[in-house]
Order: sequence, then C-alpha cells, then structure tokens
Amino acid sequence: MSLDRSDVEKIAHLARLNIAEQDIQEYAENLTDILDLVDQMQAIDTTDIKPMAHPMDAIQRLRSDAVTEGNQRDHLQTVAPAVEAGLFQVPKVIE
Amino acid sequence: MFEKTLAELAQGLASGEFSSVELTRSYLDRIKTEDGALNSFITVTETEALAQAEAADQRRSAGEAGTFTGLPIAHKDIFCTQGVRTSCGSRMLDSFVSPYNATVIENFNTAGAVSLGKTNMDEFAMGSSNESSFYGPARNPWNNDCVPGGSSGGSAAAVAGRLAPAATGTDTGGSIRQPAALCGITGLKPTYGRVSRYGMIAYASSLDQGGPMARTAEDNAMMLNVMAGFDPKDSTSIDKAVPDYTLALNDSLKGLKIGLPKEFFSGEIDPQITTQVQNAIREFEALGATVKEISLPNTQLAIPAYYIIAPAEASSNLSRFDGVRYGHRCEEPTDLEDMYKRSRGEGFGEEVKRRIMVGTYALSEGFYDAYYKKALQIRRLIQQDYVNALSEVDIIMGPTTPHPAFKLGEKSSDPIAMYMEDIFTISLNLAGMPGMSIPCGFANGLPVGLQLIGNYFAEERLLNASHQFQQATDWHKQAPTS
Repeated sequence: MSLDRSDVEKIAHLARLNIAEQDIQEYAENLTDILDLVDQMQAIDTTDIKPMAHPMDAIQRLRSDAVTEGNQRDHLQTVAPAVEAGLFQVPKVIE
Repeated sequence: MFEKTLAELAQGLASGEFSSVELTRSYLDRIKTEDGALNSFITVTETEALAQAEAADQRRSAGEAGTFTGLPIAHKDIFCTQGVRTSCGSRMLDSFVSPYNATVIENFNTAGAVSLGKTNMDEFAMGSSNESSFYGPARNPWNNDCVPGGSSGGSAAAVAGRLAPAATGTDTGGSIRQPAALCGITGLKPTYGRVSRYGMIAYASSLDQGGPMARTAEDNAMMLNVMAGFDPKDSTSIDKAVPDYTLALNDSLKGLKIGLPKEFFSGEIDPQITTQVQNAIREFEALGATVKEISLPNTQLAIPAYYIIAPAEASSNLSRFDGVRYGHRCEEPTDLEDMYKRSRGEGFGEEVKRRIMVGTYALSEGFYDAYYKKALQIRRLIQQDYVNALSEVDIIMGPTTPHPAFKLGEKSSDPIAMYMEDIFTISLNLAGMPGMSIPCGFANGLPVGLQLIGNYFAEERLLNASHQFQQATDWHKQAPTS
C-alpha cells in the first residue's frame, strides 16, 4: 500500500489536521512504511476468528437513569479558550 | 535518605526518624539540583507538596496515619490533577490546569501521599524514548546521552535518578515496563481494568493501563494497594476484590513453573541481554522454580495489530481536542474548520499527527474490515497464545526489551525502528494480562530488564516472584553515579 501526497491531504482533512506543505512528502513516506508493516496481518487467515475488543470480553455496564453529578458548568469552563455568558465561543457558523 | 525504598521511608516516618515535611523538602531540593540534567519533571509542585506533607504530619501526630501517609511520589503528567497543569507532554495541553482529579490521584490523596510533581512523558504517551515530549526529552540517569525509554520516561528517570522514591506510569504497549528496564527500576503493568482509567488522558482506551514504578517489587506492591480497585467512573473497570499485594511477597517459589517463549530469545536481540536474562532465570531455578520452553507463535503479529488498534483508538480519542472546550486554540481562526485544523496542527507534535492519520485512514470508509477488524481478530489469536501458555506455566519470563537504552536521536527519525523496540512488551497489552520488568544486570553499563508475565489478576504472583528474586540479588540496588 503506497500513499501519495493527495492521500495524505485527504486523510489530514478527515482528521482535521493542518499539515505544513513541506511535511506532506515525509508523512506520505512514513505512513506508507507503517501500512507496509501492518500489512503482515493480511497473510494470516482469520476466517471465523471473533474480533476481540476487550480482554475479558466485558460489555458496557448499565446504571440507573439518575442524576449523579451536579452542574459544574462554570468550574469546567475555566479551562475553555473562549466563553461568554456560560457558552463556548467559536467562529461564526451560521450567516 | 535517597537510597531508601518506599517501605523503608514509611518506617522512618512511622518511627519519627524524620517528618514528611523534612522528607519532602529534601526531595524537592534534590530535584532542584539534579533535574536540570535529567529533565524528568514537567511541573514540580513545591507549594502543594509541602502543604500535603504538613497535613500528613498532622495526621500522624493525631494518630491517624496509614501506610502511605506522608510518602512523596511523582505522577506521570497524564493523570489529571486538580489545580495543577496536566500537559500530557503536549503543546495542546500546555496551559491546561485540570479542573478535576483522576481516580489514581484521588486514591493517593486519600492515602495521604505527597505529590512532588508531574513527570515528563512522550506526547500523549505515544513513543518509546520520551523524545516526542513537547518539553524536550527526559534523559537516562545511567548515561545522559541515552533515552530513558517511554512513554513513562520521566517517571523512570526520576525514580532511577533518586528524585522520587516512586512514581505512577501508564502502559499501552510497554510504556511502564520498557522505561523501567532501560532505567534499571521495577515497574508493573496491571491486568487491564485493575486500575481506573478515569482522568488518565486516553491514548488507546482498550490497551491503556496505569501502574506503579519504583525501585523494588515491595514498593510496587505498596503502590498497587493504593491504585487498584473498581471505579464506577471507568466503564471498563473490573469489579473484583483487591488483595493486599504485600501479603504474598514472602511466599516460597518452590514448584513455580516458568515458561520461556522461544520467540523472545531469537531474532534482533542484543546477546548481552539474552545472557543477563538467562542468568536471572537460573537464579529463579535456584529459588526452586522449574523452567520449560513454550511458544507464543503470533508474537511477530503484535506490532502490526497494535499499529492499527492503537492509532484507530487514538484518532477517535484525540478528536476531543478541537480548540473549543479546552486545550490549544489557534490565533484568529477564519472559520470553524480553520480553527479545528490549525488548533490541532499547532497543538500536536509529529508522532501524534502520524498516529492520528494512520488511525483515521484505517477507520475510513471501505478499509474497516481490512484493518481494524483484522487487527482485532489477530488480537484474539495473540490472547489465545498467552491463555494456552499460561495453562501450562505460572509465569512467562523473557527480556523486557531487545536492546539496552539507545542514544538520543538514534531512532527518532525512523518511526518503524522505534516501534520495533516494543516487540516484547506490546503483545501483552493486546492480551490484557499483567506484566512486570525488574532489573537483572547490565549491558555496556546500561541496565537490563527481565520481564515477568502472569495470567489475568496474577499481580500478587508476579510481585512475589520479583520480591524473592530481589531478596536473592542486588541488581535493583545499583544506583547510577551521574
């Protein structure tokens, strides 16, 4: 599997990552190397092997639908880059 | 004082030989003079530490002290600590002062421990050398030109350099065991789900596990007593009773069955490491253990499977860093997409971007079955290898790493070469079982680690075997001179 510049640009866009123009080629080479490494997996027959997502095959616990946390909005917003009147500020989305 | 173990320091506090304030102050002073060379701390919390130490001394004089009251330790900067900058080694979180505590931090606070500060690490725990840290690499106390390993490199360097008697770490593919091996200390990755991940900044959620790093197995047991336990705030925490890990330390090793996987003794491995590990295994035989060769046939597939599963989970976990609620935000974004892209582009370092892109690619439309599903199937095969092996033997042993500590810069431009350093540690995270690294000798003046692997929840047995080895040997007592 070989990735070129346009693949890297597409992946970076999907990941919402700004990549400097001069770094694209190196990422293309690194990512190609990594995909070559992981391609060793394709030689193994895994028909009928159940995918393993958790070591003990545990499933999500359920809890009763009760309020357990108080409102900490102001406290949690102390680390936000921009806040006004209890709302997170972002660039204008709707014209 | 700096050569004392946690257990010995606990005795000194209990007998009144010194106070927690005195002890804490001497470590803070030592950090000031020695950490310029090691760079093992990102943040030293002097004021908070002295306040905690004073409170601990008061608790003691009121007759309310527990085992851990007043003991100073350091925390990997991946554990959210309320009121303290928690950077995860990244520019993204350079100004993030956590509004809450990780459960691990909360547990140590409840136990009365003193936190000296937050240790250096590879950015978002992605790395095996500590070189991906935004704050520059921590250095190996045995040779400052060498890496301390990673990602918990700062914790390992601080403990080996006697800047803290113990520290917390996290292990996603070897990040406790590999730096412990490279710095000549003792570290334990517990069973997945044993230690709460709440407030431990996520890299690959199905692999991440917090654990102790200290100089001895006994100190690891003391640490794990505080760290382990069910936590309703962690959805993958396991609800299972926690033993007192110090109780089985002195059990005899007579009849202990040790398995040596042939795949851990072949291929790209420094012959000096093999020799030291074989000597250590002979020591276990002298202690009454029996040894047999076993096989973990899918070992070679662990790195390929890991480099799909971990980046896939990372790409999802790190999507939360969008410049909106916390973390770095770029200057004057033109629109929302520009804000996401530039905030993330500026906030993340090279290796983190690389893994996010690998994960994004593997999870993108049309590739899921070929990559992620395939990797999870291989993961099952690797787990079965361990389950089969551990039905025949009690503990699996082998080297922790194929090489001793390498030079700074030696592998940093070749991601694949760096990934291969985790060949002996990474498969265990996929299987989810516990593993330890203990010092067992030297290669060219640099420490060598022996890895011990046990079945699910066999931490007691690993600690027991390690402790018995440490009663019979003094590799763990060796101190770097630099």
